[in-house]
Amino acid sequence: MIVADLYPETIKIETEADIVAARQVGRNMSRQLGFDTIMQSRMATSISELARNIFLYAGKGTITISPVEREGAIGLQVTAVDHGPGIPDIRKALEDGFTTSGALGAGLPGVRRMMDEFDIQSTLGEGTRVMIVKWHS
Amino acid sequence: MMPRGIEEEYIRLLRDYLTGQGEDKLYDAQQLGKWMLQQDISPEEMIDLHGRALEHLGDVPEFVRASFSVLTEVMIEYGNEHRAVTTLRSKHKQLQSEMAVASAMQKSLLPRELPVFPGVEIGLVSVAAKQISGDFYDIVAHDNGRFCLTIADITGKGISAAMCMSMLKYAMESLGEMLPGPGEMLRHLNRVVERNTDPSMFVTMVYGCYDTNRHSFRYAVAGHEPGFVYRARDGRFYDMEGQGRALGICNDCSYVEREVRLEVGDVLMLLTDGVTERKIDRDYLQRDELVAYLEAEVGASAQAMADGLYSKLLALSRFELSDDYTMIVLRRT
Repeated sequence: MIVADLYPETIKIETEADIVAARQVGRNMSRQLGFDTIMQSRMATSISELARNIFLYAGKGTITISPVEREGAIGLQVTAVDHGPGIPDIRKALEDGFTTSGALGAGLPGVRRMMDEFDIQSTLGEGTRVMIVKWHS
Repeated sequence: MMPRGIEEEYIRLLRDYLTGQGEDKLYDAQQLGKWMLQQDISPEEMIDLHGRALEHLGDVPEFVRASFSVLTEVMIEYGNEHRAVTTLRSKHKQLQSEMAVASAMQKSLLPRELPVFPGVEIGLVSVAAKQISGDFYDIVAHDNGRFCLTIADITGKGISAAMCMSMLKYAMESLGEMLPGPGEMLRHLNRVVERNTDPSMFVTMVYGCYDTNRHSFRYAVAGHEPGFVYRARDGRFYDMEGQGRALGICNDCSYVEREVRLEVGDVLMLLTDGVTERKIDRDYLQRDELVAYLEAEVGASAQAMADGLYSKLLALSRFELSDDYTMIVLRRT
């Protein structure tokens, strides 16, 4: 069905223009999957946050956006990968209020709440990988 | 998620308002807002609802329709904040109930009732400024007409103070019937505090035992503000003697024991710095001013003295208690 017509896309993140491009891809794919306008915007915002973290803290990395299908449900999966400094304390980065202190992990608690699935792996000195999924309800 | 029927209701509300622009409709809108918050409808969902409702009211110009994309995007950040507050609220509730448990546990460390002896009255006032107190006191009766008392102030407030307090209590309790002298007791507690708390934490304390046969109070001081002795013969207050390093500062401190004997009508007052370090208007209460207030209470029973001074000082500082307040009064009758 629809999912079959959509292919995963990987966007290199190095500049702010790349953040915009990633948002755009995410929004378009969300629309094509039939997400409502709010979900489209939440998807774009989430991608924006992940891309911005790459841009601000790692310098460069990639965002891969792919349609997923599981047990008949369709959704959109976003994977953000960088080889930056890594997040020293993931629990803290996911705490509300931590972001306002201006440290790493900006916007992550917000992204986690907007998405259905959220996974983060980070190794100091090696980089960070964040994976999110939103299912079509 | 948007509950069913809400869109119809919202459209009706908009329509009604547009026909008459009545304040009553705005009042309805305010009530609707409360209800929607209860339903946990986010700001961006509200924006979206408004956009959809507009389409039912007439031809929406393209620029208005498009502007909703910008508004939605902005409101998502507000939505994130809204969701964060919901999480924080439940976290806050959990912390509050944990705090209540800690507070109850702390109270259980304090004596439920004061022992009674012939010839000497014991008065006590202890009030925590917040839920958890940094003041600790204990009065324990022993055989041969003796009782031992502790008054202490723990640096730091809240949970850390409560934990330190339970440590002190059990360190004292674990000695059982073995009753060390005041100097030895403080040495023991100093080692406990020094070894088991972080270096920034310390405790000031007066520990002493009162012998009701001889009416003598033998005590030692660890960095605690000395109290007062009232001599009925002279009709005046004297500072109690004694100093010594606070518990938890050095690993092998020793503490000098002193003794004070009470004659009939004499009074001993032990206190924490919440009693003395008190701002009245802009200035701190001076020790001689405090003595003047104490003098006004002379002649009353030990408990009445403690109560009287507390209510006087509380009124003077405009009923605000900025620090934990503890006062123990011993009065020979």
